[in-house]
Amino acid sequence: MGIAPTPGIPQAIPARAGLSAVRSARGPEKPNYLGAILFLLPAAVLLLVFLLYPAIYTLLLSFNRGRNGVFSEWVGLDNYARLFSDPDFINFTTFPPSGALWNNVLWIVFYTSIVIFLGLIIAVVAARVRYESIIKAIVFIPMAISATALAVIWKFVYSPDANIGLINAILGNFGLGPVAWLGDEHIVNFALIAVGIWGSVGFATVILSAAVKSIPAEVIESARVEGANERQIFFRMILPMVSLPISVLGVTLVVNVIKLFDLIYIMTAGGPGKASRVIAFVMYQQAFQAGQYGYGAAVVVVMLVLLIPIMVFNVRRFRTGAVT
Amino acid sequence: MSVLAEPMAGSRPRTPAGRVVATLNRSVIHVALGLIGLIWLVPTLGLLVTSFRPRSDIQATGWWDIFQLHLTLDNYRQVLEAQGMLQAFVNTVFIAVPSTILPLAICALAAYAFSWVRFPFRDTLFLIVVAFLLVPVQVAFIPLLTTSRDLVPDLQLTRGYVAVWLAHTAFALPFGIFLLRNFFITLPPDMIEAARIDGASDFRVFSTIVVPVSVPAIAAYGIFQFLWVWNDLLMALVFVQDSSKFPMTRAIQNLLSQYGTEWHLLAAGAFLLMIVPLIVFFSLQRYFVQGLLAGSIK
Repeated sequence: MGIAPTPGIPQAIPARAGLSAVRSARGPEKPNYLGAILFLLPAAVLLLVFLLYPAIYTLLLSFNRGRNGVFSEWVGLDNYARLFSDPDFINFTTFPPSGALWNNVLWIVFYTSIVIFLGLIIAVVAARVRYESIIKAIVFIPMAISATALAVIWKFVYSPDANIGLINAILGNFGLGPVAWLGDEHIVNFALIAVGIWGSVGFATVILSAAVKSIPAEVIESARVEGANERQIFFRMILPMVSLPISVLGVTLVVNVIKLFDLIYIMTAGGPGKASRVIAFVMYQQAFQAGQYGYGAAVVVVMLVLLIPIMVFNVRRFRTGAVT
Repeated sequence: MSVLAEPMAGSRPRTPAGRVVATLNRSVIHVALGLIGLIWLVPTLGLLVTSFRPRSDIQATGWWDIFQLHLTLDNYRQVLEAQGMLQAFVNTVFIAVPSTILPLAICALAAYAFSWVRFPFRDTLFLIVVAFLLVPVQVAFIPLLTTSRDLVPDLQLTRGYVAVWLAHTAFALPFGIFLLRNFFITLPPDMIEAARIDGASDFRVFSTIVVPVSVPAIAAYGIFQFLWVWNDLLMALVFVQDSSKFPMTRAIQNLLSQYGTEWHLLAAGAFLLMIVPLIVFFSLQRYFVQGLLAGSIK
């Protein structure tokens, strides 16, 4: 995402890249321990110190009071019990449910589906005009800029001041509004999700456009000659052929949502009240503003647990090596 | 975008009625695409125009009021000098350059080992790297802050840039190694075997053969990583504690919290943050998109 592209999911792994390809990539016959150690040492040290050690530390800290971020008093599952009984984290007693985790669910449902939907539509429709590359470049621009800039742009567009905010100015012309897009707890999440969608559609368009174009033109042409209409071609031919890129894209977008932070932090700081908080924001706030390190660590573990199925998905996909 | 192949050939309807329908369909397409273009351009353009308008104009009329168009560079002057954005720009460069070069070098070395050096458990170790791809940066926050505070207080890592450089580098590794290794294994084995038979060491093979022929892949990854760091807020929020060293993303966040309605400053600040990514995007679009699609669909 402007909303950052997740450097997390290999978009699609070329068939050659699987482990079977490793075996054909011959090194010298004997294992070269010294070479391996020298080439891997810098990466290994950094990964151990900055990833593995902190991950274990954070996991352990989530079972500890964690005063000042160091181990003080073991509390078992206390942090988790507090987390899941905290109505600001997740609250099922209201309808619809609320809380930070629920907001992530809203993001996953609306952001992911709409980004894929719009991305696919734009990819397919733009392929039929001459200025395709221009449209794709325009939609893609938000991917280049930071979530911070994205947040400023949209705070500007959403401004309730009709001399500043374009949307409220337009509504004002029809005698409507102004609407406090970011100030109303019932609207704020959808206003933010719209910004997220605006930031990510270009990514989806480019990926799905490549997938759509991998379908041989003659195949589609011959279907047309046989009398298939555009709707049939889309639903019966294009959609099935892009279902795999769509699933990979969907997973990427879900990861984006689980890690979502910058946009919320800048646009609303979780507000109004706590209405737009998401889990990564809760983590930051609990650990660094409230000094609740054990509790913050428990939130990180929740994030990790949500990501583990996706890690397994990645490793599986990679082991089988082939994605075509 | 040049990487995105040419449009599909459409078939020509044969009857006159069919042609009318086709023309209508086409105008619907043009209108829809035009609308999409507007929705994706106008917000950014509006902020751009605002960044050149005097403060009094901004408060009096909307940016779309073209009769009130007096342009000025004062906003940029003010935000660069009085609001310290110039220093923040320099700080962002100081953070982004090492945080790009370090991972590039380290990832290339490791990727070479994973593709062309034989050693036990190579595949298993590589799968672990693949699993690391998704570990969120948040896992590092508490341990690294407290450990650096308690174990090596004299270093004061978060006072300078060291903490943020190393954190960015470490979290860039899984993706970089993955990407470069997938490129390196596509190099022809004969080329590497031949060099080895001539007695070249692994480091020589790496530096004189593998790296030179992999420049496009390395460049794509470098651009991706540079923009990633340039645009980052969260790492800087946690690992840069000295306010004189804040990057632009944090400076803008400060501007927002202090002058949330001073749009002449915010607009100019946001464009200073965006200018480098936009230049990179428009000048190196092909590499940029490739880096983003990363090991993408052929």
